[in-house]
Amino acid sequence: MAEPTIDARVSPLAHLQERMRAAAVTGARGVTLTERPFLTMVNLRVDPASEAADRIEKTLGAPLPGQCGHTAAAGPHTVAWLGPDEWLVLSRAEPAAVTAELREALGGDPGSVVDVSANRTTLELGGPAARQVLEKGCPLDLHPRVFAPGRAVSTTVGPVAVLLWQVDDVPTYRLFPRSSFADYLARWLIDAMGEYRGPDLP
Amino acid sequence: MLLITCPWCGPRDETEYHYGGQAHVPYPETPADLTDGQWAEYVFYRDNPKGPFAERWVHSTGCRRWFNVLRDTATHEVLTSYRIDEPRPELPHAGGNR
Repeated sequence: MAEPTIDARVSPLAHLQERMRAAAVTGARGVTLTERPFLTMVNLRVDPASEAADRIEKTLGAPLPGQCGHTAAAGPHTVAWLGPDEWLVLSRAEPAAVTAELREALGGDPGSVVDVSANRTTLELGGPAARQVLEKGCPLDLHPRVFAPGRAVSTTVGPVAVLLWQVDDVPTYRLFPRSSFADYLARWLIDAMGEYRGPDLP
Repeated sequence: MLLITCPWCGPRDETEYHYGGQAHVPYPETPADLTDGQWAEYVFYRDNPKGPFAERWVHSTGCRRWFNVLRDTATHEVLTSYRIDEPRPELPHAGGNR
């Protein structure tokens, strides 16, 4: 019945895959950069005090984080705070399914559920030196006493606006730049990673 | 570099924000009755105080919300920031010698 679909999508950083792999640094000052393309992202806007928000929380299985920097995870979904009435649902599930599910939960109430998966791409920067690489261009305090796994904040890295999410203690970060800025950001990060290849200078 | 506290996101560098001019400039209540002079006044004429000045800022790379900042135009000191629906806070030392 259904036509077999061919996945003809090309990720925004497909052309830099080789360069990113070659830029990887191993050892005590190791840092790696990879793209994780085609993650499902759904932008959600709703009044957090409304009944619609309760229904959405039930559907997601997680409360909508109420504060800047906080995230909530449940099953395949992670919800990141974008604004006082705006969230980004990151998911491993199919975008159409997530969007439909959330839209049904929202019903006719004021708010919006929009599939924005193609808006941004995902860069994963990980390794013992990952924080030092980011600190070259990010105005946020990324020290573990302030920024920890599970935190996600909209900020800038270099001149590029990104959503910055720390995934684990390695540390591993996921950066979500808009697709058209991804090329620049990847090249910026490759350049910033270069110095950790050599010995640590006193 | 100013360190501005966004009411939603906390203190962030000035580079994350954009400026929006003087705050608390209400839209005319009866726009149809305004003379050209009054329109010009509303559109172009702004205060230019030396000292505390209420102005609008938007946290463009953060939560993308507009809010108000009270900034001293003489010293660049950011005195306070508050949400767009809050009235301008009274400062104990505003207008005095500092």
